[in-house]
Amino acid sequence: MKIDLTNIKPYGDVMNDGAIQLSFTLPVPESLEAEEAAKQLVKKMGIDEPQVVYKKDLGVGFTFFIVYGKCQHSVDFTKISVAKVDMEVMDFYEINEYIRKNIGRKVVVIGATIGTDAHTVGLDAIMNMKGYAGEYGLERYPEIEAYNLGSQVPIEELVAKIYELRADAVLISQVVTQRNIHIENLTKLVEVLEAEGLRERIILIVGGPRINHELALELGYDAGFGPGTLANHVASFIVQKMVERPDIFLKNR
Amino acid sequence: MSNRINIDEALVIRARRLADEITEEVIDFIKQYTTVSVERAVVRLFGVDGVDDEGIPLPNVVVDNILRAGELGRGAAFWIANAMACYGKSAQEIAESVAHGEIDLTRVPVQREESIEKIIRELSQEAFQKIRFNNKVRREYIERLGLGKEPYLYVIVATGNIYEDVIQAKAAAKQGADIIAVIRTTGQSLLDYVPYGATTEGFGGTYATQENFRIMRKALDEVSEEVGRYIRLTNYSSGLCMPEIAAIAALERLDVLLNDAMYGILFRDINMQRTFVDQFFSRMLISYADIIINTGEDNYLTTADAYEEAHTVIASQFINEQFGLKAGLREEQLGLGHAFEMNPDMEDGLLWEIAQAQLVRELFPNSPIKYMPPTKYMTGNIFRGHIQDGMFNLVSVLTNQTIHLLGILTEAIHTPFMHDRYLSIENARYIMNNARHLYEEISFKPGGRIEIRANEVLKKAVEMLEEIKKIGLMQAISKGMFAQVKRTMTGGKGLEGVVKKKMDYINPFYRTEGEREGSRL
Repeated sequence: MKIDLTNIKPYGDVMNDGAIQLSFTLPVPESLEAEEAAKQLVKKMGIDEPQVVYKKDLGVGFTFFIVYGKCQHSVDFTKISVAKVDMEVMDFYEINEYIRKNIGRKVVVIGATIGTDAHTVGLDAIMNMKGYAGEYGLERYPEIEAYNLGSQVPIEELVAKIYELRADAVLISQVVTQRNIHIENLTKLVEVLEAEGLRERIILIVGGPRINHELALELGYDAGFGPGTLANHVASFIVQKMVERPDIFLKNR
Repeated sequence: MSNRINIDEALVIRARRLADEITEEVIDFIKQYTTVSVERAVVRLFGVDGVDDEGIPLPNVVVDNILRAGELGRGAAFWIANAMACYGKSAQEIAESVAHGEIDLTRVPVQREESIEKIIRELSQEAFQKIRFNNKVRREYIERLGLGKEPYLYVIVATGNIYEDVIQAKAAAKQGADIIAVIRTTGQSLLDYVPYGATTEGFGGTYATQENFRIMRKALDEVSEEVGRYIRLTNYSSGLCMPEIAAIAALERLDVLLNDAMYGILFRDINMQRTFVDQFFSRMLISYADIIINTGEDNYLTTADAYEEAHTVIASQFINEQFGLKAGLREEQLGLGHAFEMNPDMEDGLLWEIAQAQLVRELFPNSPIKYMPPTKYMTGNIFRGHIQDGMFNLVSVLTNQTIHLLGILTEAIHTPFMHDRYLSIENARYIMNNARHLYEEISFKPGGRIEIRANEVLKKAVEMLEEIKKIGLMQAISKGMFAQVKRTMTGGKGLEGVVKKKMDYINPFYRTEGEREGSRL
C-alpha cells in the first residue's frame, strides 16, 4: 500500500478514511437538540459524517457525548520539523563509564519540584535508587551524586543548594498544570538563576507530563523531558552536555 | 475477626502491643507541648472568626499577640477568658480589640480564677453544644435517607472555585457518588493560617475555609434529599493547620477528614514535633465530631515500591490506629489508608493486591478502611487506565473495603473533567454491583499464594515495629524507615510554632485521661 506522506490523515481501517473519535460534554440537558449541537460542533472541527454513538445526561443539565467521524484535514509529513533533545542514549553502565573517562569526577545532580507543586512521582521515578520501569534512578549511579530535595522547594532554597553542593545539573519536575501555573514557576526560576549568574554554569532540565523539549527551550531550559522519560535518558543528556562545555564543567571547577 | 487468609493471631497481638508502646513514648512528649495551630483551634471554637484590616485571620492575630509575649504556654483560652472577664466583652469583640491594637492580651490584669474558669466552661460548653447538634443532624439525615452501599464511592472535585465545585459535586452525587472530597489548592498545607471566606481562585483545588465548608455542606444536604441518601463531605485536616481545620470541620458538619499522624512530616516536610502535637489534638476534636479520619499510608507507595514496601503500610496503620485510639477516636472512625499501586506489568500483581487488601481488612475489622486507586502507573493511556481502575474496583468489592476512592481514567493528565468522573463512577458501579457477593462465594486456598503473601507482609510489618520500638518512632523517621524519606527532630517547617506548656496550661477541649469515651459530650 502506498502512503502519500505529503497528505497523511487518521487511519481507521481504510487508508485515508480519516476515522477519529472524540468525547466531550456540552452544558445543555440531553435532548435531540443537544445531539444536533454536538454534531454541528464536530463538523465545524473539520470532521465529516459525525455520528453520536453515545450520549448521557450527567445529571445537572450537562450532556456527555462520544462521537465518531471522518477528518477532512491532512498534514504534509515531509515538512514536519520538531525540536528534539540532541543526544545519544546510553545505559546505566555506559553512562558511568562515560563519566569516569570523560569527566573524571562525580557529577552532582539536584532534583526538586518548585513553587507549590507537591507531586514527586515524576521526580522520584528519575531520582530514586530503585528508579522506574526497571531502569535504576540517579541515586544508584556510582558516578553521580544525586540529591532529591523533594516537593515544594522555595526557589531561594534551591539556589542556595546549587551553590552549596556545586551542582552540575538541576532537574525540575512540574506536575500541577491547572491554569498554566507551571509556566510561571518555571519562568521565575530561570529569572532568578540569571540574576544570580548561575544559569550558564548549570545544566537546567525540566520534566513533567505537560513538558516537551520545545517548551523547555522556549522557557530558557537546556532540555525538557515528557512522559515516558527514564533516568538514563536524563543522565545521558547531562553528561554529554557537560563534555560539550568543557570550559564550564571540566576545567575551572 | 474473620480469618480467611490464616493470619497468625499472635503476630497481630504483638503488632498492636508494639504500636501501643511506640506511640506511648511519643504521646509523653506530645503532652508537654502546644502549638500555634492548637491554640488557634481553641480560639475558633470560642467563636472567633473573621480577618483584620490586612486580611489576617483573627485567630492568628490573637495567638500571635500571646506568642510574642512568651505566654502561649498558658493557653489562649486563659488569656481570652481573662480579657473577657476584665472587659465584659465577647471573645469575638476581644479579638477585634486585639486587632485594633486596643488590647494586649497578656497585659490585661489577671482576674479572679473562678470568673475565668466560668467563662472558659461556658464557651467550651457552647462549642460542644454546636458539635453535638451537628452530630444529631447527621444522625437524623442518615436514619431518614440512609447511606450508599459499601464500598462507598468517594470522588474528588478540584476546580479551584467553590461554586464550580458545587456543580461538579452535585453531578457526582447524582451519578452515584457517596462521598465528595474538595481537594485543597496546592500549597495550602504549608500556610500557617486558614484563609477566610468563599474563594474562587485555587490551583489544583480549592482553599479550605469555613465558608467554603458551609457552602459545600449546604449543597450536599440539598442533593442528599434529591438522591435519597446522605452524601458525605471530606476535607483535609493536614499540614500546618491540622487542628484548626478539624475545629471548623466540626463546626460545619464535615463527615470525613484526611488526617495522618506522620504524613505531613514525610511528604510536606513539616516539623516532626509540630505534626505530632497537632495531630493528637486535632484527633480529639475529630473524635467529638463523629468524623471519620482517613490516614495517608497510600502515599508511601507512590514514593516507594508497593510490592517491596507493603509492610511499611501495615506498620504505619498500627501506629496510626494507636495514636487515634489514644486521642479518643473509636475504631469506627479510623479510616486507615492503603492503595492499589503495584506495577501493572508484574505477573500476579492482582494476587498481591488482593492479599494486601484482605490483610488490611482483617487486621482492622471494625475500621472503615480507605482504599486508594492506582496513580503511580497511570500513564495518559486512558483506555488502559480505565481497566486498571476496573481491576482496583474488583479488588475493593472482593475484599470488603469501606471507603473507595475512585480512580479516574485521566489521572496523570488533568484534574477530573465532569465526564471523567461520570465514567469512573459508572465503572465502579458496574463492577461492584456485578460482583457484589462474590466475596461470600469464594475462599482463599490454604497455603496458596495469597495466604502466603499476606502472612509474609504481616511478619515483616511486625519486624519493622520491633525495630521502631527499639530506636523510637522519631528516630525511625530520621532514619528513613517510612517511604524512604528522612526527617529530623528540628528540621522542616513550623517548629517555631511549637511551645512548651506551662504548669497552669488550660485547654478545655483537651481530652484528659479517663475521658477516652468522649464523656465531655
